[in-house]
Amino acid sequence: MYGWCGKIARIDLTSQTWEVEKPDISIYQNFIGGRGLAGYYLSPHIHRKWHAPEMPLLIFAGPLTGTTSPTPGRSTFMSRSPLTGTIGDSSVGGCFGTELKKTGFDGLIITGRSRRNIGLEITNTSVQFVPADAIHGMTTSQVQACCKDHGSVAAIGPAAENGVRFSNIIIDGHYAAGRNGLGLILAGKKLKYIAVTGTGKIRIFDPEKLKDERENIRRLMAASPAIFGRFGISAYGTGALYDLMDARNMMPTDNFQKTRFAHAWSMNAHAYEKQYKPGKTGCRGCHVQCKKITDSGRSIPEFETMSHFSALINNHDRETVMEANRICNEMGMDTISAASVLACRQEISGKRIPSQNIVGALLEIAHGKGEYANLGMGSARLARSCGRPDAAITVKQQDLSAYDPRGAMGMALAFAVSTRGACHLRAYPISHEILRKPVATDRFRFTGKARIIKINEDVNAVADSLTACKFTFFAASLEEYAAVFSAVTGHSLTGQDLLKTGERICYHERMMNAKNGFSRKDDDLPPRFFGEPETSQSAADLKPIDRKAFQKAVSDYYTVRGLDQDGMPVAEKIKELGLDGI
Amino acid sequence: MFREFEDKLLAAGLTERSSPVMGFLDASLEWNRDDPVIPILEEVIQGLSINSILFSKPAEPYRTIISYLARTSGGVICPEDCETRTFLHDLPVCRSMDSREIATILKNRKGVILPDVGLITYGMVSLEQAYVTFSSICFACFVKFFSDYLGALRNRHVDELLQKTFEQVANMPGPHPSFSGALMKGPLDSERMVLDAMDEAGRLTVENRLVDSYFGNISCRLGNTLYISQTGSSLDNLAGCIDPIPMDGSSCTGITASSELDAHLGIIRETGCNTILHGHPRFSVILSMDCDKAHCEQRGQCHIRCREERDVCRIPVVPGEVGTGVYGLCNTVPEAIKDHDGVIVYGHGLFTIGNEDFSKPFFNLFHIEKQCREEYFRRVADLLSRQSAGH
Ligand code: SF4
Ligand SMILES: [Zn+2]
Repeated sequence: MYGWCGKIARIDLTSQTWEVEKPDISIYQNFIGGRGLAGYYLSPHIHRKWHAPEMPLLIFAGPLTGTTSPTPGRSTFMSRSPLTGTIGDSSVGGCFGTELKKTGFDGLIITGRSRRNIGLEITNTSVQFVPADAIHGMTTSQVQACCKDHGSVAAIGPAAENGVRFSNIIIDGHYAAGRNGLGLILAGKKLKYIAVTGTGKIRIFDPEKLKDERENIRRLMAASPAIFGRFGISAYGTGALYDLMDARNMMPTDNFQKTRFAHAWSMNAHAYEKQYKPGKTGCRGCHVQCKKITDSGRSIPEFETMSHFSALINNHDRETVMEANRICNEMGMDTISAASVLACRQEISGKRIPSQNIVGALLEIAHGKGEYANLGMGSARLARSCGRPDAAITVKQQDLSAYDPRGAMGMALAFAVSTRGACHLRAYPISHEILRKPVATDRFRFTGKARIIKINEDVNAVADSLTACKFTFFAASLEEYAAVFSAVTGHSLTGQDLLKTGERICYHERMMNAKNGFSRKDDDLPPRFFGEPETSQSAADLKPIDRKAFQKAVSDYYTVRGLDQDGMPVAEKIKELGLDGI
Repeated sequence: MFREFEDKLLAAGLTERSSPVMGFLDASLEWNRDDPVIPILEEVIQGLSINSILFSKPAEPYRTIISYLARTSGGVICPEDCETRTFLHDLPVCRSMDSREIATILKNRKGVILPDVGLITYGMVSLEQAYVTFSSICFACFVKFFSDYLGALRNRHVDELLQKTFEQVANMPGPHPSFSGALMKGPLDSERMVLDAMDEAGRLTVENRLVDSYFGNISCRLGNTLYISQTGSSLDNLAGCIDPIPMDGSSCTGITASSELDAHLGIIRETGCNTILHGHPRFSVILSMDCDKAHCEQRGQCHIRCREERDVCRIPVVPGEVGTGVYGLCNTVPEAIKDHDGVIVYGHGLFTIGNEDFSKPFFNLFHIEKQCREEYFRRVADLLSRQSAGH
């Protein structure tokens, strides 16, 4: 096999045994790798509770991971989400995927529950179950330090061990497999960390062609202002988006009650750049290097974190944002949800949490102690328990990231229909609605958005499966990636063929969610965005979304996606996509 | 929506009024008009994940040029201009009207040429993509045809068909630039004036057929702010598409600015100018690729590696790719434009600069292109007369 390793490891924590599985080539062809393959292996278990021992944690790289393809360093972590109950997945950077491929495995399927705390150490030839009682309760960087000779490390921190619904898995100390509470899956299995290190090589079908095709993509990336422009993510990290979101009236402020932040000018990427003078780093093999880290190892927050820990909670102290980001990483908590639950609590209590108390509040959440202990349940559950469900700005119980949907109708639709809760990355309409790529679309209209969202969900499902970083698609398209895929694997496919696979992957996810009762009622936005009477005192600078137009767009989306009008999968489409046997 | 692009195609001389057939697909499919070709296009759409499609016969001279290139290409046309190299890669030709064959080709490329019938292009996000691809194909074929002819003439490879086609095309009215009039006078000392002046200069550049609308960018400095057209904006429709960028870098709002932002800033740094216009006028691009240096080892890589000091009509020609990579034109243009009216980037386009307002950059662009056109036909005449003398 070229590109793929052809092997996955099934690891059972209960019996502390493992075995090798060699998937049939048709499974690779139908699901590619990464998110696609992980979904394939999640499917038989999706009806289980997230904490059932049989519920697998899936970690998959793709055929391009670890090759010289552009942005090849990503992998997918997946299970059922403890936060949303939907499928839960996260595409993550760092070195984990690359090291995994070098061990000779395309993926890991981890099931069971250990009786004691353990760690997994995986090399080319072995999977070891290492006692980890001694490191229980440690922060992610402490775990990282303990494993420093074991390659790439995915670890959980105290937040997961204390039951925080939005706990993350932190990879290589800086990269979060975030948003869906996957840290809890590890904690439930008493698995503190997974370390992988390999020495193998990935076989490439046509290295010369790969070189040419990679140059084609790199040329497009060099021509992309959002990637390599003076103000692009390579120069400033994803925080480069901060000024624009404020300028476009889309910066969620005061728990989405306002859409501009008076202090934005002093909290932007440039201000961090000036104060902290970070260097560039990034996922293995990527030449964009969008991650910014200071000499002393402090991460500059990503855009979402930068925005939510400032505007959303009305904080204008940069150092607080830096520390909040660090604490979330150390504790293994999702920054978006952590900031959101603070904002939700502020709205409910009517009291702003002073900047100097924010880090303390985060520590209390992570440790499940003190005044803020109950915030670990996340904003949807918190708001409900306080009788104020309107104060939770969530879809499927997952907090919205830092784009006010009133400023971009495609984003509004994409948040609502995403298979993992309010996720901006599934279809990333910001690309055309704000960044003008591949061309600009009218952000205030739903016209055409249903199909655009569907197509881009498919594109990104392919990106997450190949794997490739979604940021590359500001510049390149699947047309170019299909050529890379063919050069790596020897399977000659077109961009449109890959899109069909993307469609299969997305539809399969909808099928899994449908099994757990998700339907049209869940594909909706919080009432705040429609300006309903009870929330109309919100001082938003943008007009409310027209609810009728929104609902029509959801209906259109279902039509385009081949679902029924309740958002449920239909037999004919299932068959067309070859999903009937699954 | 359809009307906007019908008008644009017509205004740019890319199609005739009644030619284009456009489809837009969301939950259902809409067409701009009835046409016998629609059933075929519907089948093409079925096979693809796209949201818009454009089919049209190109207007002259593109029609003749594209037909010629398609007939003689052996299946794929490979232009060497920067636009094609970066975005389209190559231009496939389909000899039948079979929807499956067409769809198979479109699975790999953004457009397809149907010889003597027309072009099909599509968008995955909007009709604008289909328009831009249509326009790019016409531009690329135009540039390739005239470049190839000159090259063939130098190498004495002009056959009867090429000569006949060239004569036919050279006599067509075509996209001749012309302009008589004046532009807004500087100094441009308020934001309003800057925006109006940019709007006007961009519009006139397109209206006078100097540049196709999506192929260019424009900027103006006012104090410590640079006003620059956004990426993917069209020069003839700049309203709401100009980013103000603080030149001290204190804000990243310029993330949506033109991909040539760095080149613009570099030019200002080197020359102290205040206004910059960039576009892809055809004959400037064609002549930039006309090099008679025999046995050059950089051949094939001229656009990034050429080290010769070249000029066309006394305007320097430099290598460079779009954007900010190691071979980015932002590394070559600023230095070269010092003491000149403009700079031509190999196979790509022309930069011109001014101080008070856009008159100088506009007229320089206009005159340089005019001179290049004249120079092109002078070179052709020269070669022809030398060859007939030689016979
Ligand atoms: S662009 Fe950034 S996130 Fe994407 S692969 Fe590169 S370093 Fe990682
Ligand atoms: Zn250009």
